[in-house]
Amino acid sequence: MASGNRSQTAQGLALVAPPLGYAVLVLAAPLLTILAYSFFKDGYLTVVREFTLENYRTVWSDPIFHKIMLRSLGVAALVTLATVVLAFPVAYFLSFAVSPQKKAMWLFLITIPFWTSYLIRVFLWKVILGYNGVINSGLKTLGLIEQPLTFILYNVNAMVITLAHAYAPFAILPIFIALEKIDRSLLEAGRDLGESRAVTFWRVTLPLAMPGVVAAALIVFIPTIGDYVTPALIGGGKIPMIANMIQAQMLDLDNRPMGSALAVTAMLIVAVISLAFVALNRRFLGVRQ
Amino acid sequence: MKGGGLRAYALVYLLFLYAPILLLPIFAFNSGTIIAFPLKGVTTEWFAQMWGNASLRRALTNSLLIAVSSSILATCLGVFAARASTRFAFPGKGPIMGLIMLPLVLPEIIVSISLLVVLLSLGVQLSILTVILGHTLICMPYATVILSTAFNSLDRSLEEAAYDLGETRISAFRLVILPLVMPGIISSLLMSFTISLDEFIIAFFLAGNEPTLPTYIFSQLRFPKQIPMIMALGTVLVLMSILLLTIAEYFRRRGIAKTGAKDTGGFL
Repeated sequence: MASGNRSQTAQGLALVAPPLGYAVLVLAAPLLTILAYSFFKDGYLTVVREFTLENYRTVWSDPIFHKIMLRSLGVAALVTLATVVLAFPVAYFLSFAVSPQKKAMWLFLITIPFWTSYLIRVFLWKVILGYNGVINSGLKTLGLIEQPLTFILYNVNAMVITLAHAYAPFAILPIFIALEKIDRSLLEAGRDLGESRAVTFWRVTLPLAMPGVVAAALIVFIPTIGDYVTPALIGGGKIPMIANMIQAQMLDLDNRPMGSALAVTAMLIVAVISLAFVALNRRFLGVRQ
Repeated sequence: MKGGGLRAYALVYLLFLYAPILLLPIFAFNSGTIIAFPLKGVTTEWFAQMWGNASLRRALTNSLLIAVSSSILATCLGVFAARASTRFAFPGKGPIMGLIMLPLVLPEIIVSISLLVVLLSLGVQLSILTVILGHTLICMPYATVILSTAFNSLDRSLEEAAYDLGETRISAFRLVILPLVMPGIISSLLMSFTISLDEFIIAFFLAGNEPTLPTYIFSQLRFPKQIPMIMALGTVLVLMSILLLTIAEYFRRRGIAKTGAKDTGGFL
């Protein structure tokens, strides 16, 4: 038996070696390089390999970094809130009201827009929300407004709407999976014990769906905060988020140590927030057991 | 019947999801040069312009090359990862699989910038090869997820029967396991192809001077004159992705039916 286990281990490791090797070479090594660079000094056109914490000091005391990081966090938080709140009823509908044969069809319909050209979708939101956009010209034709609505033009609101649309399927699927796992007899038990439908939802369904909700929030939050395209296209480059700032430092200004320090700091902030979310997840999972 | 209000809400939500895509063909056939209402007339001029555009054709060739290569590479690597994780126990499995799946949750800007810095400091010339490197990395987790589902639903006794009948490990894999997971492999290829074809950030940073479809589109969005043509291109791309995804979904379901498992839903 022991030799069987050893050969199991050897076979498993041999099999996982190619993808692991690839991930180490193309992902882990570059990430470690960035980490190392963030402690180096910037010479003109070169990187001076001398340990320093100066980059981090500059990043943390830079008011522009504060502003852009807070904006990125704010946008990501709003997008996460919007997607999760809007997606929950859809996931609930899919899990509880759609017949099992039609579920795959609904899921397929929901995921299709996600797989179609991201750039063009983002651009089309500009068309929808813009000065002569679909919404403004539509409302004007109907005589509901005289002047174009300005609160949806090329600003943070427009970015939130665009991103909320882009990441919608990401929110629906984890919540749907959590709802699917709920033992339906628990809900019947709740009803049998005299709870109303709303109270059963509040005290049974929602706590049990919470791990899915937390997963959805995380899955939307992390990529949103690093989004590059939406600020570039919708914000017209005038309201950058953290990804645009990293790109500017790295390429336009060619200050790689500084850009690396920015990237590492941003990753750290996102990681801390994500870990807090995971802790939240644990607590709710703890309730379940 | 329950779900009346919810159904209406879900339909409105679906409309919200499809709103931009539904606008695409409207503007692609609109003869006005400005992308706004009211519409002018019907024309197919933008499609003709798209067809005759040389730099677009070059971007398309590049994108196809990249997408085909990275989907094959990512699926091969995914087969190894999925087989290892579903069939074998080995030390450090959690962290190892975690690293392989990491690109799924890492912002692409981080992946591309760090890869770019390393490539530049190694003195590697940026080309479509470097884009393939990056795309393979981000497609690998998707391939692994899809293929894990396929390998997971395998009945292990089929494999053992092959061993008992005298097949070696390799011939058993080729003759028994591979045909059973074939739908998963096709589905993974198509999915990776679709992801790579649409990927912008990595291509933007790692392609050097070579255009790909998304970077070409991005560069053209700044010129109002080019936008109707981009709308036509978008219409074609959307139709193509829907077609590819439908085929991928068909194979995914067939794979599940083949191994007798229960359908647990979507791609993600």
